[in-house]
Amino acid sequence: MANSIKMRASLSGDVTTVKALMKHPMETGLRKDKKTGETIPAHFIQEVVCEHNGKQVMLAEWGGSISQNPYISFMFKGAKAGDTLKLSWTDNKGESDSAEEAVK
Amino acid sequence: MNMKRRVFLKGALASGTVALALGAGIVTPRAVLAAWPKSAFEAKSVADALGALYGAGDAAASGDIEIKAPDIAENGAVVPVSVTAKMSGVESISIFAEGNNSPLTSNWKLGAGAEPYVSTRIKMAKTSNVIAVVQANGKTFQAAKEVKVTIGGCGG
Repeated sequence: MANSIKMRASLSGDVTTVKALMKHPMETGLRKDKKTGETIPAHFIQEVVCEHNGKQVMLAEWGGSISQNPYISFMFKGAKAGDTLKLSWTDNKGESDSAEEAVK
Repeated sequence: MNMKRRVFLKGALASGTVALALGAGIVTPRAVLAAWPKSAFEAKSVADALGALYGAGDAAASGDIEIKAPDIAENGAVVPVSVTAKMSGVESISIFAEGNNSPLTSNWKLGAGAEPYVSTRIKMAKTSNVIAVVQANGKTFQAAKEVKVTIGGCGG
């Protein structure tokens, strides 16, 4: 599951705005396969963590009711241009991915 | 004599593999996400989810929480929601879709320096309130906004 994250971090004044897109099916476990009628097992991201210089700025806990290919955006203070931001997610099957991006 | 030895070896090998598979399957996801609030995400009502998250089933209404969401969402599978809190000392923001089977969609914990703002896209099963609950200085506040959904987005 490499490269499932697209992230942008832009600095304006002293506030950094982070926007990120992740590729993930986000199955709730309630949906049924239209052809076979079988329930599609739950498969969704449970935790998203964003770290700035190794310090956690945001931790999101998710259920299955976040949309497919999730989009997130949030803001924080204290970053400088060129700082590294790390975003990582873990899903209910134990799969995970992470990406690093420089603040611009 | 020889046969027995064969059977014994086979048995030992098989049970070893099973134990290994079980261990790998159970231990890995649990160890990674020990803190994920399972009971809150499985709760069937907003009050139950709030109780599981913050220990209290009720939150004071507040005009300092702004929810940005469409009045009418054509597709319930993708409803953009932004929450901005105008108070200080915000520790976490939770977003609920009241009409969903399990209303809690997400819980955002803000670290040091984080602004009280989050934006994401949620699934909504039917027309209902989107509720944002903000925890600030140990107290919980809430605000709601109705979103009309023309096509539900949770399957079923």
